[in-house]
Amino acid sequence: MTDAGSGGLVVDAEVSRGGFTLAVSLTAAAGQVVGVLGPNGAGKSTLLSAVAGLIPITAGRITLAGQVMDDAAAGTFVEASRRPVGFVFQDYRLFPHLTVAENVAFSPRARGLGRQAARSAASHWLDRLGLTALADRKPGLLSGGQAQRVALARALAGQPALLLLDEPLSALDAGARLDVQAELRRHLADFAGPCLLVTHDPIEALMLADQLIVLETGRIVQEGSPAQIARQPATAYVAKLVGLNLYVGQADGSQVKLAGGGAFVTADQGQLGDVLVALRPSAILISNQQPQPSSARNTWPAKITGLTLLADRVRLELEGQPSALVDVTPAAVAELSLSPGGQVWLTAKATEIEVYPRSSSQPA
Amino acid sequence: MVTRTAPSRLTARERARRTARGGAPRSVPAPLLAPALIAVAFLVLPLAALLIRAPWGHLGAALSGSDATQALVLSLWTSTITTGISVLIGVPLAWVLARTSFPGQRLLRALVTLPLVLPPVVGGVALLFAFSRVGMVGRYLDSWFGLTIPFTPLAVIMAQTFVAMPFLIITVEGALRSADQGFEEAAATLGASRMTVFRRVTVPLIAPSLGAGAVLCWARALGEFGATITFAGSFPGQTETMPIAVYYALQTDPDAAIALSLVLLLVSVVVLVSLRDRWLRGGAVS
Repeated sequence: MTDAGSGGLVVDAEVSRGGFTLAVSLTAAAGQVVGVLGPNGAGKSTLLSAVAGLIPITAGRITLAGQVMDDAAAGTFVEASRRPVGFVFQDYRLFPHLTVAENVAFSPRARGLGRQAARSAASHWLDRLGLTALADRKPGLLSGGQAQRVALARALAGQPALLLLDEPLSALDAGARLDVQAELRRHLADFAGPCLLVTHDPIEALMLADQLIVLETGRIVQEGSPAQIARQPATAYVAKLVGLNLYVGQADGSQVKLAGGGAFVTADQGQLGDVLVALRPSAILISNQQPQPSSARNTWPAKITGLTLLADRVRLELEGQPSALVDVTPAAVAELSLSPGGQVWLTAKATEIEVYPRSSSQPA
Repeated sequence: MVTRTAPSRLTARERARRTARGGAPRSVPAPLLAPALIAVAFLVLPLAALLIRAPWGHLGAALSGSDATQALVLSLWTSTITTGISVLIGVPLAWVLARTSFPGQRLLRALVTLPLVLPPVVGGVALLFAFSRVGMVGRYLDSWFGLTIPFTPLAVIMAQTFVAMPFLIITVEGALRSADQGFEEAAATLGASRMTVFRRVTVPLIAPSLGAGAVLCWARALGEFGATITFAGSFPGQTETMPIAVYYALQTDPDAAIALSLVLLLVSVVVLVSLRDRWLRGGAVS
């Protein structure tokens, strides 16, 4: 386990609930935003609940700024209400019977400030998040973006040492999301403590997090910088999220034999053994005739099994050795008269193929 | 098989209604209509008789000619105190039933709600055996504090609480069970102790149900007869509540009985309307 430095969060814990086990080891340093990315049911929310103290862990321990929050072996447990944690829930959970100002003043008041002091603490945060004009409104009358800001203000007003965000933007419509995302990024940058941000949206994770953890069925399957994970996904789930073709294979210098059939010539000569191969759908060219073979290119035949219209392009699903997703323009679909069942040739330049080692613990 | 397509009449208004809202014809099949009408008649006729038979001309005289005012005042204040006590001790019990689990909890819930189905007179007898001067608890109250409960206004309040509090408890417990506990979790992460969560989040969120439960409890206390007359008797000004006054007036002065009944009917209607408008419509508990 690495040291998170002063003020950091260290989690090395297991949570078992009804047949599901979450086993996670992570650190988040002060000022760092760690994104937790994963599909539904991966255990992301369970992780946040455990860190917040809403559920005790079954094994291991959680420390925050050097203080033990939960230690299963020692029997130590700090109740949620005594943890210096701010939690922004996915559905915000603003108290419907209190005004915006009262919601934001709730935590200072609950943590022992007098009525007057709590109110002035709240007005500081309302001002900081541009909510002063909404102070007297009830949450029911707020837009999604406003409610999100109030939830953040309410969490920050308790002066937490750790911030937890559960899918902070998922309740917003697409239009509001971009604005709120940019704003959230600013506020996260101002926050001094560590921050855990759970999401299933890769764009959100890439935009907001300094460090990413990918969680699948209760386990960490990949961790690294957002850029690295976007370029070199370790699992089919991540590859799909970032929109890449991903293959498992055996490298022997200049060539990778793919586990699912087929082989690639690669520009990266240094790889040996178990590797993963990532290939962008837009880096694959499609043609009706067999192209001239070349040592710098991979060409292989494939059958079209599906076409999907994306925003400005068409995604083809192709079956071959290997199978692939390929993005083409709608014009190309018409020009090459591409349709399901059609036989085509695929070409991928060796330089477009990203090869990286596959760690033995990683499932593909 | 040949299906006969027999057309039926569909008025323009009915046609518009069914087009707009969809659904089955609004007309009621005869086998359902007849019993339904009998049920309505059975419920409405007695009340109509009361209204028709009422001494409208000298209602005031009929009321003042009895102990009506005394009984009404007694009923109103004892029912109100009953409701207050029920809220103070019933809401915490509802919370315990809804939010904790312990061995014997189901049995406890059954016991708590037993007075709902128990004949009130049995409740009165039970109270008498517990709190009379020779009762299990009453004997000590008498010998230690010189406190005698039966046949006092306190006995009225106890009888009413015994019978009416379960209405409040089950209403509030149901609301607590269906309330979104996410708000309570959120309050905990904001540093609120369990008591603060209860006071500042739980109770305000179930306020509509708490109000409805309190009104139900109050109305039930106001109408209490069996347990009260058994445990508290019927001393005018002391323990003779409205229902008991009605019962005795009927034997001596039917006009007064009707006038008193009308007052209780009026109070019931006001309660019903207030419940409808404030709490029951559109399921205020979301």
